[in-house]
Amino acid sequence: MSALSDTTAPRTRARRKTANGNGARSAVARGGMILYLLFLLVPIYWLMNMSFKPNPEILGAMTLWPQNPTLANYANIFNDPTWYMGYVHSLTYVVLNTAISVTVALPAAYAFSRYSFTGDKHLFFWLLTNRMAPPAVFALPFFQLYSSIGLFDTHIAVALAHCLFNVPLAVWILEGFMRGVPREIDETAFIDGYSWGRFFTRIFMPLISSGIGVAAFFCFMFSWVDLLLSRTLTSVNVKTIGVAMTRTSSATGLDYGTLAAAGVLTIIPGALVIWFVRNYIAKGFALGRV
Amino acid sequence: MDKTHDNRAWFMVLPVFVLVAFSAVLPLMTVVNYAFNDTFGSNVFFWVGIEWFDDMLHSERMWGALKRQLIFSAVILAIEVPLGIAVAMCMPKRGVWASLCLVLVALPLLIPWNVVGTIWQVFARIDIGLLGYTLGQMGIDFNLGQNAAAAWVTVVVMDVWHWTSLIVLLSYAGLQSIPQAYYQAGRIDQASRWAVFRFIELPKLKGVLLIAILLRFMDSFMIYTEPFVVTGGGPGSTTTFLSIDLVKMALGQFDLGPAAAFSIMYFLVILLVSWAFYTVMVNLDREDMPK
Repeated sequence: MSALSDTTAPRTRARRKTANGNGARSAVARGGMILYLLFLLVPIYWLMNMSFKPNPEILGAMTLWPQNPTLANYANIFNDPTWYMGYVHSLTYVVLNTAISVTVALPAAYAFSRYSFTGDKHLFFWLLTNRMAPPAVFALPFFQLYSSIGLFDTHIAVALAHCLFNVPLAVWILEGFMRGVPREIDETAFIDGYSWGRFFTRIFMPLISSGIGVAAFFCFMFSWVDLLLSRTLTSVNVKTIGVAMTRTSSATGLDYGTLAAAGVLTIIPGALVIWFVRNYIAKGFALGRV
Repeated sequence: MDKTHDNRAWFMVLPVFVLVAFSAVLPLMTVVNYAFNDTFGSNVFFWVGIEWFDDMLHSERMWGALKRQLIFSAVILAIEVPLGIAVAMCMPKRGVWASLCLVLVALPLLIPWNVVGTIWQVFARIDIGLLGYTLGQMGIDFNLGQNAAAAWVTVVVMDVWHWTSLIVLLSYAGLQSIPQAYYQAGRIDQASRWAVFRFIELPKLKGVLLIAILLRFMDSFMIYTEPFVVTGGGPGSTTTFLSIDLVKMALGQFDLGPAAAFSIMYFLVILLVSWAFYTVMVNLDREDMPK
C-alpha cells in the first residue's frame, strides 16, 4: 500500500533519468528477458509443432517445423466424443468449483479482515494447512468418502474435493484485497442505513472486484491443472481430459500427434483466462499482500 | 488496523468451516483409522497400535523417498529463487510489453500438470524430442529411461520451467510496490546497483519472497503428476518422490495400513514446516505494519 504515497511527478523524472543513464543495463535486462521467454516457449512450441505433424513424420524425422502441416490430429479430437467430452467434463467441475469456492470464501474473508473473534488465528492457520496438504494423502480417503455417499463419478465430487485447497486459497487472496479497503467505507454505509447484505453486494463487492477476479482465476487454475484427485474420483460417466489423455495414448500405441494436439488444447482455456486478469495477476500471485 | 472483537463473525466463516471440514477432517479420520488398524478385507478391522508407524520408520524405502524429496526441494529452491528474482528485475515495468511478458511468463503455470509432464517427456526423448536429440547429437548419453542423471536433470529442469514463473510474478509485484523515493535516495548516496538490490530491493521483497519460498517448498514437497508422467519414478526408484511412493503403496498395492501411517507422517512434516514459516510471516507482518 506504500505505493500510494508516491507522487507522479518524481516518478516521471526518475524514469527519464534511468532511460538515459542505463542504456547498457536495460539492454542486458531485455536480453535476459528474451532468453527466459525462449526457455519457456520452446517446449510449448515443440508440442505445437508435433500437433501439426502426421505421426510418421513425428517418429521418422527430426524436423524443426511441420513439413506437411495437417489438422488431422485436431480433427481426431473433435470427432471423438471421449476426447471432446473430456474437455466439457473438466470445464464443468472447474467452473462448479470456482463458483462454490468464491461464494463461500467472500463472507469468510470479510470476517477475517474486519473482525477478531475467538479462535480466528487458529482457524486461519488450519485453513492454510489444507492448502498444503498433499493431494496424494487424500486420494484414497476421498475415494471412499464419495463412494459411501454416492457422489463418486460425478462432477460435484471433484468440485467439492478441489475445495480442499481452493477455498483456503480464495480466503487468503480475498482477505489480502479486503484489507486494502478502508473501514470507514463500511461504517459510512451502515450509518446510511444499509443492511449488511445490501452493503456487501452493492458497495463492497464492486470495490474488490479485481480481488474477486483474481481469486476466481486462481481457483480456476488450480482446479484445471489437477489430475490426481480428478482421476481418482471419476471413472465412467465423467471422463476428464487428463484421463482421456493417459488412456488413449496407451490404447492406440502412443498416438503422439493426437496427444500433442490434446495438450495444446488444454493450454487454451488458461491462456484465455489469464488475459482477462493480466493487470492484476502480479498482485494476485502475491496473494493480495504486497 | 484495529479489528472489532465480535464473535458473530463466526457465522460468516461457518460455510467455509463446514465445507473444508467435510473435505479435510472426514477423510483425515479415515486415514488415522487405517493407520492404527489392520484388516483382512470385508471391513473387519483390528487394532495394531503403532505397528505401522514402527514399520515405516524402519523402512528403507520411505527414508529413501524422503531423502530424494529433500534433495529435490533444496535443488529447485536454490535454482528457482535467484533465477526468479533476476527475471523479475528484467521484466519491463509498464506498457504493452509488460502485459505481454506477464501473460507469457504465467503461461506454464496454467498448463495441466499431466500436460507439463507430457511436454517434457516428449521434449527430452532422444528420438523425437528437441532437447534429447540435440544432446544426443552432441555426444551426451541422455536416456530418460535408463540414465538416472538424465532423469534427474529432466525433472529438475521441468520444475524450473514450470514454477520459476511463480517466483517471478511474486517478486515483480513486490518490486512494483517499492516507492521511487527509495531509489532516489539510493542515487543521491551514489549507491551501486548491487547496493540498491541488497539494501533497498531485497528487504522490501522479504514478505513476498517468504510466501514464494513457502509455496514452492510445499508444492515441490507434494509433487506427483509431472515426474510420474515423465519418468514414472524411474529408472529404478531414482525419481520416486514421497507422493509417488505413497500413491504406489496405497492405490497400487493397497497396503492401506503402512500407506496411512506414511501419510500421517508426511502430513506432519509439512505441517511443522508450514507452521514455522507462518509464524515467521506473521511476525514480519507485525513489524512491517506498525501504523
